[in-house]
Amino acid sequence: MAFVAFGSQAPAKEQGPSKTGRVALFLLLPGLFYLALFFITPLVSLIITSLKAPSPTGAIGRYDLGLEFGNYVYAVTQYAPQIFRSFSFAVLATVIALAISYPIAYFIAVKSRNRPLLKGILLTLVVAPFFISFLLRTFAWKQIFSNDSLVVNVLKDIGIFGADSYIIGTNFAVVFGLVYNFIPFMTLPIYANLDRLDLSLVEAGSDLYASPSKTFRKITLPLSLPGVISGTLLTFIPISGDYVVASRDFLGGPDTAMIGNVVEANFLRIQDYPTASAISVMLMATIVVFVSAYVRRSGTDDLL
Amino acid sequence: MATEFIARGQDLELKGIRKEFPGFVAVDNLNLKIPAGEFFALLGPSGCGKTTTLRMIAGLESPSKGEILLGGKDIAGMKPHERPVNTVFQNYALFPHMSVLENVAFGIRQRKLTDPLSKAEKALAMVELEHLAQRRPQQLSGGQQQRVALARALVNRPSLLLLDEPLGALDLKLRRQMQIELKAIQMEVGLTFLHVTHDQEEAMDMADTVAVMNQGHIEQLGAPEVLYDRPKTAFVAKFLGQSNMFVGKVTETNPETTSIEYKGKKITGLTKRSEKVTGVIAIGVRPEKTYFHETQPIDNPGLNILGPGEITDIRFTGVSNQYQIDIPGVGVMTVFAQNVGRSPVVELGAQVYVSWKIEHSFGLSDLPSGVEEEH
Amino acid sequence: MTRFSLGKYLLPTYVFLTFLFLMVPIGYTFAFSFNDSIKSNIIWRGFTFDNWLNVCDQAGVCGAFGNSLLVAITATAVSTVLGTMIAIALVRYRFKFRSATNLLLFLPLATPEVVMGAGLAAQFLDFGWTKGLATVIIAHVMFTLSFVVVTVKARVATLDPALEEAGRDLYASPIQVFWKITFPLLLPGILSAAMLAFALSFDDFIITQFNSGSVDTFPKFVYTAAARGIPPEANVVGSFVFIVAIAIVIAVQVRSAIKKRKLLSK
Repeated sequence: MAFVAFGSQAPAKEQGPSKTGRVALFLLLPGLFYLALFFITPLVSLIITSLKAPSPTGAIGRYDLGLEFGNYVYAVTQYAPQIFRSFSFAVLATVIALAISYPIAYFIAVKSRNRPLLKGILLTLVVAPFFISFLLRTFAWKQIFSNDSLVVNVLKDIGIFGADSYIIGTNFAVVFGLVYNFIPFMTLPIYANLDRLDLSLVEAGSDLYASPSKTFRKITLPLSLPGVISGTLLTFIPISGDYVVASRDFLGGPDTAMIGNVVEANFLRIQDYPTASAISVMLMATIVVFVSAYVRRSGTDDLL
Repeated sequence: MATEFIARGQDLELKGIRKEFPGFVAVDNLNLKIPAGEFFALLGPSGCGKTTTLRMIAGLESPSKGEILLGGKDIAGMKPHERPVNTVFQNYALFPHMSVLENVAFGIRQRKLTDPLSKAEKALAMVELEHLAQRRPQQLSGGQQQRVALARALVNRPSLLLLDEPLGALDLKLRRQMQIELKAIQMEVGLTFLHVTHDQEEAMDMADTVAVMNQGHIEQLGAPEVLYDRPKTAFVAKFLGQSNMFVGKVTETNPETTSIEYKGKKITGLTKRSEKVTGVIAIGVRPEKTYFHETQPIDNPGLNILGPGEITDIRFTGVSNQYQIDIPGVGVMTVFAQNVGRSPVVELGAQVYVSWKIEHSFGLSDLPSGVEEEH
Repeated sequence: MTRFSLGKYLLPTYVFLTFLFLMVPIGYTFAFSFNDSIKSNIIWRGFTFDNWLNVCDQAGVCGAFGNSLLVAITATAVSTVLGTMIAIALVRYRFKFRSATNLLLFLPLATPEVVMGAGLAAQFLDFGWTKGLATVIIAHVMFTLSFVVVTVKARVATLDPALEEAGRDLYASPIQVFWKITFPLLLPGILSAAMLAFALSFDDFIITQFNSGSVDTFPKFVYTAAARGIPPEANVVGSFVFIVAIAIVIAVQVRSAIKKRKLLSK
């Protein structure tokens, strides 16, 4: 799952670990302790908070420790539509991103392998959207698709859109925004994998009478599967928790709220911490299930 | 110029060295003494423990047991950067982020000695690469990198120089050339060289003394000619050059000769060239010491004669012809005949006899693997 | 190697069109940074350099930008040091709890930002810490750490251990070996990791929103402004950052291409 976004092209010549000793502990402990304190403990805090009960004083934002599993029931029943919608959007956006990104990754990693200049330019271009703020680029699409924009007006003139049609606030707009923002997340892992594809395997396929499309299906595609899975995880997971794109200030509308929007609203505005935490915990648990399936299949050594 | 680098070399002695790794023993009860100023080769197949031994001497591994004495002093507990020993690594390990000159000067700088750069220049001059001093290692050819690695080690005037298969990555012609150069440099500077290799020709060519290692221990140690002419074990006989081998029960032995019975034939060797004279032993002879005859030779107590057999294979190797002769009831023998200008006198299928002088036989202390003792 | 006979041009055309598509918001943002707008930067009124020349006139923009820089630089420094140490340990040393370590380092990469943000906020609440610059920096170090480890690890794995052994063989103590051999050779990877961490920190919104209290970073500023209309000065800052970033990336690639050509030519 290497995110090699900048410069250094490291050839894959791996060496195994060779030394033992206390130096390892000295190197590892500061960083791991930091993560334990500021990543693991917060997750525990979330679980604890999700089980809190409203304070007897009735003050807003005040909760007491408890074992209110009912919070989860409330969260699920209250926000079932958003939960369902989030996962639908995430699945749809991931699949579309995969369809769009795979050919790009293939073109850069395989077709441009012998032209380092072109390869460098294309990689830079794939990563370029990262360099403009996430919010600015999402907002740009909002403007481009807004009700009195050029795009909408042309669509109305041609007749595809009716007089009342709009883009902002529709499911299409949100999925569009999600796909756009996460194309690099899908492209780079697939690229990293295809970049290491041994082309002589493909040549062997042709030598053994397979047509180009068959060679692709039976050799290239299966070999690129780890990259595809990496990319899928790295795309699906952030999308499922996103709330900027679906926010009403950006590409969303009253009917497009995702899980992230619910958590944001409950945590930062309504101050209903237990509900927000319960939803977060459920989201995290789902992702842990997916990741465990992945880890059980491929082990932990390739994770990083 | 080389006199700059002559140091008083020191004797190296390994006593009872043992190295264990999780799951296997790489080196077991190794004993070895290398006098100062000698070119010593540690020869063996991959996995025999020779590189592990070299790394223990360099300090890059610690022995599980035993002593490593340099000039009488035990250095087994010293860290690598404290030992007066330098290594030429298999892939040269030249620092890519420094110039060639800085690479060579590195050890001098670390020891905080004076004039690191001028010393480095002199070392490069000795390997005839002073004109490449400002290049980066990546810009040099394999042979040039190898010489830089050598200069980088030699400039520190170590008591002992370790070479870990340094010629492995070079093509044949370059390797031959470097063998000559390395030997010449060693003789000029008078340092002790310990050369680890799996190439038996290389070891025999360059070394004053060769130790043949197998599975963590030394099988035989001695001058190359001695090892070749009188191998003591089946492994050494087969690893150094080729052998014809016969396994049989000893039928008679006296202070002069020892004979075995091999499939009904009698094979004799000199008792002073036999390691073992009772029970079932193996007697061997080098193919170049054997001759073939078109007519049956007259019986002679000084000759072993086998045959008749059919020539089943002839291989031309430039310098010699190698014949395989299948003798019914005996087996297949290999005979080397030097090409002295005449066209081959025999062809495939010809019936010939094979003979060799009994003083060319050698008797081994063990049997070739796969052969069982019969009682 | 062609797929179908017209396929020779199909793929490159597709790639070209897709890249055009990817560049659209960038072009839009850049174009509208020159908009002579009055209140909200939504309708094009006219071209002006004024936004670029007087960027800080717009309240909050420069302050937020400054905060983002401060947070990013601090978080990058801490994260790079901690992450490099971990990467070296992972590749070069044997230790028992390797699987657990890999998993712990991987989890932040697989956790949605909203979960990490909410969790940290809940924790700061429990600790009783007020949210501000410090909490933002703490949060940013946390989520950039794993990215640093991944990037540096890739570089460490290609470092030939024989080079360090040669250093020890040539009388360098372990510390000297690190500073004279290991570190210079790792530097490109460490710099890559630092740049990645910086970019992630600078552009972060979700985790920041949950943990910054009243402190404004640039993304936060944009988000809050989105409701009323984002001022063109924000576009200016965004475009400026983009230009600088692309320039750095291109410079790095050009430099290594020149270096490579120089090495091969002699």
